[in-house]
Amino acid sequence: MTQTYRLATGGLIDRSRTVPFTFDGKAMTGHAGDTLASALLANGVHLVGRSFKYHRPRGIVSAGAEEPNALVGVGRDEGHYTPNLRATQVELYHGLRAESQNRMPSLERDVGSITDRLWRFFPAGFYYKTFMWPKGAWTKFFEPRIRAIAGLGRSPAAPDAARYAQIYAHCDVLVIGAGPAGLSAALTAAETGARVIICDEQAQFGGALLAEPGKSAWLAEQRARLAGFANITMLPRTIAFGYFPHNMIGLAQDLTDHQGEASDDAPRGRLWQVRARQVITATGAIERPLVFPDNDRPGIMLADAARTYVERYAVKPGNRAVVFTAHDDAYRAAVSLHRAGVAIAAIVDLRESPAGPGLDAARTAGLPVRTHATIIGTEGNLRVAAVSVATIGETKSERIACDLVLMSGGFTPSVHLFSQSRGKLAFDPALDAFIPGTPAEPTIAAGAAAGCQSLEAAIASGRAAGLSATGQAVAAPVAETGAAGFLGEVPHGRDPASVRAFVDFQNDVTAKDITLALSEGFRSIEHVKRYTTTGMATDQGKTSNMNALGIVSKSLGVAIPSIGTTTFRMPYTPIPFGYFAGYARGELVEPVRETPIHAWAAEHGAVFEDVSLWKRARYFPRGAETMHDAVARECAAVRAGVGLFDASTLGKIEITGPDAAEFLNRMYVNAWTKLKPGRLRYGILLREDGFIIDDGVVGRIADDRFHVTTTTGGAARVLNMMEDYLQTEFTDLKVWLTSTTEQYAVIAVQGPRARAVIAPLVEDADISAAAMPHMSVVECRVAGVPARLFRVSFTGELGFEINVPADYGRAVWEAVAQAGQAHGIVPYGTETMHVLRAEKGYIIVGQETDGTATPDDVGLTWAIGKAKPDFVGKRALARTALASQTDRKQLVGLLTADPAEVLEEGAHLVADPAQAVPMTMLGHVTSSYWSAALNRSIALAMVRNGRARIGQTLHVPLPGRSVAVTLTDPVFYDPEGARLDG
Amino acid sequence: MADIALAHADARRTAPLPGAVDRRIEKSAPLTRFVLRLPEESLTAAGAALGLDFTAPINRAVTSGDRTALRLGPDEWLVLAPATDAAIPGGLAAGLAGRLFSLVDVSHRQTGIRLAGPHAAAMINAVCPLDLGLAAFPVGMATRTIFAKADIVLWRTSPASFHLEIWRSFAPYVAALLHEIGREYPD
Repeated sequence: MTQTYRLATGGLIDRSRTVPFTFDGKAMTGHAGDTLASALLANGVHLVGRSFKYHRPRGIVSAGAEEPNALVGVGRDEGHYTPNLRATQVELYHGLRAESQNRMPSLERDVGSITDRLWRFFPAGFYYKTFMWPKGAWTKFFEPRIRAIAGLGRSPAAPDAARYAQIYAHCDVLVIGAGPAGLSAALTAAETGARVIICDEQAQFGGALLAEPGKSAWLAEQRARLAGFANITMLPRTIAFGYFPHNMIGLAQDLTDHQGEASDDAPRGRLWQVRARQVITATGAIERPLVFPDNDRPGIMLADAARTYVERYAVKPGNRAVVFTAHDDAYRAAVSLHRAGVAIAAIVDLRESPAGPGLDAARTAGLPVRTHATIIGTEGNLRVAAVSVATIGETKSERIACDLVLMSGGFTPSVHLFSQSRGKLAFDPALDAFIPGTPAEPTIAAGAAAGCQSLEAAIASGRAAGLSATGQAVAAPVAETGAAGFLGEVPHGRDPASVRAFVDFQNDVTAKDITLALSEGFRSIEHVKRYTTTGMATDQGKTSNMNALGIVSKSLGVAIPSIGTTTFRMPYTPIPFGYFAGYARGELVEPVRETPIHAWAAEHGAVFEDVSLWKRARYFPRGAETMHDAVARECAAVRAGVGLFDASTLGKIEITGPDAAEFLNRMYVNAWTKLKPGRLRYGILLREDGFIIDDGVVGRIADDRFHVTTTTGGAARVLNMMEDYLQTEFTDLKVWLTSTTEQYAVIAVQGPRARAVIAPLVEDADISAAAMPHMSVVECRVAGVPARLFRVSFTGELGFEINVPADYGRAVWEAVAQAGQAHGIVPYGTETMHVLRAEKGYIIVGQETDGTATPDDVGLTWAIGKAKPDFVGKRALARTALASQTDRKQLVGLLTADPAEVLEEGAHLVADPAQAVPMTMLGHVTSSYWSAALNRSIALAMVRNGRARIGQTLHVPLPGRSVAVTLTDPVFYDPEGARLDG
Repeated sequence: MADIALAHADARRTAPLPGAVDRRIEKSAPLTRFVLRLPEESLTAAGAALGLDFTAPINRAVTSGDRTALRLGPDEWLVLAPATDAAIPGGLAAGLAGRLFSLVDVSHRQTGIRLAGPHAAAMINAVCPLDLGLAAFPVGMATRTIFAKADIVLWRTSPASFHLEIWRSFAPYVAALLHEIGREYPD
């Protein structure tokens, strides 16, 4: 197709560069500098989509971000496909592939358009009223079908192949919008030396001036000045999409999108998070459509957009136009199109007696003007073919053939970002528009976004904003008279029930829908919006909100300021998810933490599991061993000989200072004062509500120094909690906390042969049973490396934990493994560790406990220092509401009747398996394993009043059967603890 | 654990960041590191003991010879010294006899990297929300901050170079992320 609608001269396009592209598979060409929309128009294409609900043919309405209709899917393949892009914002590039949406099989012949002929059956809120019977039909039948018919773009079928960049930036002044006001603001602010960032969604700076050939010299001068300031960062193709608290603005910068993402090596776009001392929103204004019957046919567009296509893109949007207006600006558009060779069949002005330079110029050019007139209907299926024009109040109409209708209801300042910043909007009756009022953040609106009408006023307003943003005095604003335009549904004299005058093009909401909502009793604009869905499409009602308000206002007889406006929400335009994901993809989605011994474990075939951010060796299969086999073998080795376990991920906190013991007294339930240096104690930490949050072994290294261990997942949480108490509650204590989790590699050597294995490696300490009893710690050397050697057991066997500086972790581990060879040492993983501790009834915080377990619930009352005046959680435990409960869940052991049956963790326990559902649940299984040592299954459970039920039989209901279990003491193995001494 | 003075060239050490890194990154040699906590009344004596000015403002580095102290909070310093410097614990103990202080060895807890180049600040700002303009973050400034999902200490050593202290298990993540970010930036 040739560019038959391209003008021979003018515009900012580069005619020397022809750019081929396809739309729905049809090959076309445009020029460098085109948008997809301008290139389609140059090829005579207005029809670009089908509407959301009625599948009506729709055309290009605007030339910018406000576009409600021309939504397209763009991308060369599924990995680079983006749906719902506004053709008016898509820059044309070589080979661009675009497709229309919401049509089947084609734009011209769309089966979904059956809904258009049945439109009377789909009023506002129809889904609340119909399809509600029979029961279940909505979810099973109607909803899936309605969803298939309604909708816009489709999701890409492949993962996004693009890379995305991100950056944080700070500046004194962030100027959003590089039109005349924004440019003036940025330059004025930069003159003071302030750090300025100026961004604009378009490829070139200039805003509305890009469509003003007469201002090109001024624009060029401003751009040259901008480039001369080293303190200005210029961000073209960058949409400010969100205004976050404390002047944090989200910007989405297109880096290679506009070139079609030729290479995935370069990021497609960059998310900017800009913290600005001052924000200036110079975001312009958006022209309003007029709401008249059948105002949605392709070829009906905003007047200023049509002028932009002529002046900036050198495209004739049609051959014969009718201009419908309530605002002077449309006359400028009419003259512009007339000069470009578009026949102006009529200018239809709603106003009784318009006057002004625009009208004069139109009359001078000989354009036919009809005042106090309106359009009562249009014709044409895939393109507008004629309009019917009538004098307001009269029924006689004149049919005027045309292929283009321009409409202008006036301009709505773009207050989206200001409103997102929680700034209060003020209604300006002279403009019939909301403009920024009282700000909630350091933010200033300038130019058309602040209600300026003329170029002079916009420039002056930008300059004033630049001065004000840099703390300088500001002169009085340029006075100008406002021009309101029109809000609501135009008078057309037809039966309102039989016409469709569209308010919201993207969500197919008509004036009738809104009056229906009002007649059904909706009053609040927020309710009307939700009932009719007006303003709720992806464009957030950029072109429709004010007209909807106008209809509500007129119907209810209430002034617009009393109705209020709806809330503007981020993002200003949809932003691809990739911008927010940024670098956090694949390997970089989360840090993967590995211990110093990880590589050894990997080399020895370990299977790893994720524990918080850590990778932990779960088991070490040999040959074709299953996990069950490997764990059974590892358990047996520890019980009968010796095992080697990497416990490096345990959280560690060094607590120092003269009041360290007192601090621990106040934090943990246990008593610490009498713990001697060189001894260990198992500590339990509660929250203020008395429930267990963490546990761990604590060693006293010196009078004023403790080595605290926490659970792996609790390390950061516990340190934060301690620091919080220290800084806010216990400010009298001289104590310091330092995380040492990663300072030490921790090598656990467990089993009857443990002492024999490490004894030859230990220097400077006597580790004999007499000199080093269970629960003691000594500083010494192990394999020549300084170590804190703990004698401690989480297996029930004789055990040691060797803490060495992390860089030496692997070397010491290998030395122990070497020394252990003669004793048959076996490396074991977390799964084996879990089984061994469960055999001993040792709890795991977060497995047996779920944030609602007290020490007594899990049988740890013995640990509480009862003589202590206070500790975190003590008061909660003593409160009647907790202390008087008699059926709390308590830790018990479970033995299945069939020893081979291993229960599911999380399974529930009931007294009567024959009880009808819902059954009375008495508790749940928290841990369940095959115990190699006992040659049967074991389980731990939390059961109501469980300790009193020991010996009783309960049942675990499972699909189709139930399993009988006997409640036992939770210590299954070596209840006397004899094995701790080897 | 103040007696760790094994030679940093010890072949039995496993480096926290063994793999290849971005060309703009230099891995620091093993260092001696301490978290030092000092109440107001101990500042002068501690300074005399270690030859470092502990009265310098918060978020500033003070350096004397091979020793550097980064003041990360009102009473908190990260002391960095060569791995061969074994004199810090003894020096402090002698100089602060009877006074309050806390010294915890974190030599192995973390590792250091140096990131240098004209785009170093931008590469850090890709995922670190601080203002790294020279006026806001001058040479010699140091602070605890975040680098995407990692906690780091960031110290500006020259207009175009930074020293990062990273907990060892997070170091591969930080290095990989810097390399990924670096793909956008020329040298």
